[in-house]
Amino acid sequence: MTGPDRPAEPVPPRSGPTSTGPAGTSPGEGGSAPSMRPRGLAAEVRVERDSFTLRAALTVPAGEIVCVLGPNGAGKTTLLRALAGLLPLTGGRLVLDGQVLDDPATGAFLPAHRRPVGVVFQDYLLFPHLSARDNIAFGLRARHRAGRRAARAAADGWLERLGLAAHGDLRPADLSGGQAQRVAIARALAPGPRLLLLDEPLAALDIATRSQVRAQLAATLGTLDASVLMVTHDPLDAMILADRLVILEAGRVVQSGPAAEVARRPRTPYVARLVGLNLYAGMASGDRVALAGGGELRVPADVGRVEGDRGDEAVLVAIRPTAVALHTEAPSCGSPRNVLAGPVEGLEPFGDRVRVTVASTPAIHADITAAALADLRLAPGRLVWATVKATDLDVYPAHGS
Amino acid sequence: MTSGTAAGPADATGPGAPGGPAGPVVAAARARRGGRRRAADGQVPWPLALPAAVALAFLLFPLVALLIRAPWRGLPDLLGQSSVRQALFLSVQTATVATGVCVLIGVPLAWVIARSRLPGRSVIQALITLPLVLPPVVDGVALLLAFGRNGVIGRRLDAWFGITLPFTTTGVVVAEAFVAMPFLVVSVAGALATADRRYEDAAATLGAGRWLAFRRVTLPMAGPAVAAGAVLCWARALGEFGATITFAGNFPGTTQTMPLAVYLALETDPDAAIALSLLLLAVCVVVLVALRRRWLPGARGVSAAL
Repeated sequence: MTGPDRPAEPVPPRSGPTSTGPAGTSPGEGGSAPSMRPRGLAAEVRVERDSFTLRAALTVPAGEIVCVLGPNGAGKTTLLRALAGLLPLTGGRLVLDGQVLDDPATGAFLPAHRRPVGVVFQDYLLFPHLSARDNIAFGLRARHRAGRRAARAAADGWLERLGLAAHGDLRPADLSGGQAQRVAIARALAPGPRLLLLDEPLAALDIATRSQVRAQLAATLGTLDASVLMVTHDPLDAMILADRLVILEAGRVVQSGPAAEVARRPRTPYVARLVGLNLYAGMASGDRVALAGGGELRVPADVGRVEGDRGDEAVLVAIRPTAVALHTEAPSCGSPRNVLAGPVEGLEPFGDRVRVTVASTPAIHADITAAALADLRLAPGRLVWATVKATDLDVYPAHGS
Repeated sequence: MTSGTAAGPADATGPGAPGGPAGPVVAAARARRGGRRRAADGQVPWPLALPAAVALAFLLFPLVALLIRAPWRGLPDLLGQSSVRQALFLSVQTATVATGVCVLIGVPLAWVIARSRLPGRSVIQALITLPLVLPPVVDGVALLLAFGRNGVIGRRLDAWFGITLPFTTTGVVVAEAFVAMPFLVVSVAGALATADRRYEDAAATLGAGRWLAFRRVTLPMAGPAVAAGAVLCWARALGEFGATITFAGNFPGTTQTMPLAVYLALETDPDAAIALSLLLLAVCVVVLVALRRRWLPGARGVSAAL
């Protein structure tokens, strides 16, 4: 939910560039922060570029893993670049472990090479002219001015820890995808960042190595004391690796919360598609929800009272596709349920089931077994009736409480 | 389910240990063979083949003529002369020093052209190619006006430091560097402009400031382009004639480089001229072949890695 983490936000809202005060204001603010000195990232990011605006507020306490999920063009990479210091904010404020990284209002800006931030890039960007060992040693030498020998010794420690002891002399071109990914993570972690950013760390891997590398990544990240922010568009990666999800769409945070909660109660069609649910928006009144896209759903009669007795209320309705039954004849009335009639629009294998899309009002996805598919003799264009029990509908307020 | 079973074989082989090192070797071999294979199965259409053959013949015939007419019998005597050795040594020496100077100041210029946000960047870019397109004699005249004894800068160099450039070996280096530097700058600037700058971002996130990132990431990754530019630069400096004879004169031992010696010999002793040309040709071929073998695989490897 968007709501809960807002009050915890230690970032004071700013009133824009007009509040740029004399230099004296910044020590004053610095003085109030150290009393708490929250460990972790507190970010209020605002980046305006051409026609795109990213506005996102998020916190990542030390030791927590937050996954930012979003479709292409949502601003995920922009967010990451802003946090890394590769892109200055145009508004908002970045604070990491009490240290201000970027604050356009006071003009404070710590460039990328001075930030205690590590980045694992999407295609790793390992330096092709350096060995795996020297790639890992790079940050120790650059950031901590470590000598060549000390840095290489530390790099060897990382190689050993990640099971790459035999590959230290190899160039990145001679490493497999999974090995390159581990070297990239070691390179980012070696200088001891307090914030680790990962940009689609598993996207470059083939499916066979992916699950294995994902498990290793989870183990590596689990032991970290730093804040970890990972950007991905793969819901599976997010569900497995993240303590908390932040969903970014069109430059805005549309939903955030624990993975299980996001998966159960999606707030936007994008999230619903990610987690494989039918999602409808509408106005609840008694035991009926009038849908924004046309049509009506019958919901458990007491839902209005459970969620707050406020009469008409904007709600979201989530339906599991496995809770939808299909019939080739109009079903006779039984228990209170929803009946949606329409032609079959598409059939798609989905694990051990088949996902049937019915072009009713509203359209609905149903997951049925292959046997049921054969019994029903479904084909695109065939008229079917989809039924869902009212009690299988999850109804929740459209706006976070 | 599916991902679980798919992970099975990967687990069984361990963390890519046996497959890992073998794969890239095979891939590299395939890449090396790739160029030849592509040339072999590519059928060349005759509207391209015909002019290409003419162009190739046009480029090679004069060199063949040089070989045909070479006074092979008298060659050892002609090349044994100390004046020839002197000219050759001077040529290689000045061309190498000029190339060194070009790399030292040309690479930073290339970086500025490719990366900085200077307002007059595109104008600078156009201006530096001028020595490339101007007749070398004009380059020589321009050098005289700048660095000559009465030149704008040369006068002060002479008066304040007692340094004279024209008609000295240093003058040869100046003339060669002036004419050859654009080759290096254009080559390196092109490579820097098209290089993947995200590697510099990666260096920055690892704590490297811009200078360190340039030294340890940008420059090594542009290495093949710098080498290629330096080879071009060296070859151009070695063959430099017009600017050298105008600015540095033609004094045996101090400013008479191989091309100047060839030109002079052509008027008095054509056989000697042919012999000298042959020697120059041999030096160029040896250097180019040696550097190709040394640098081109590296260049290909880097571009493939990018």
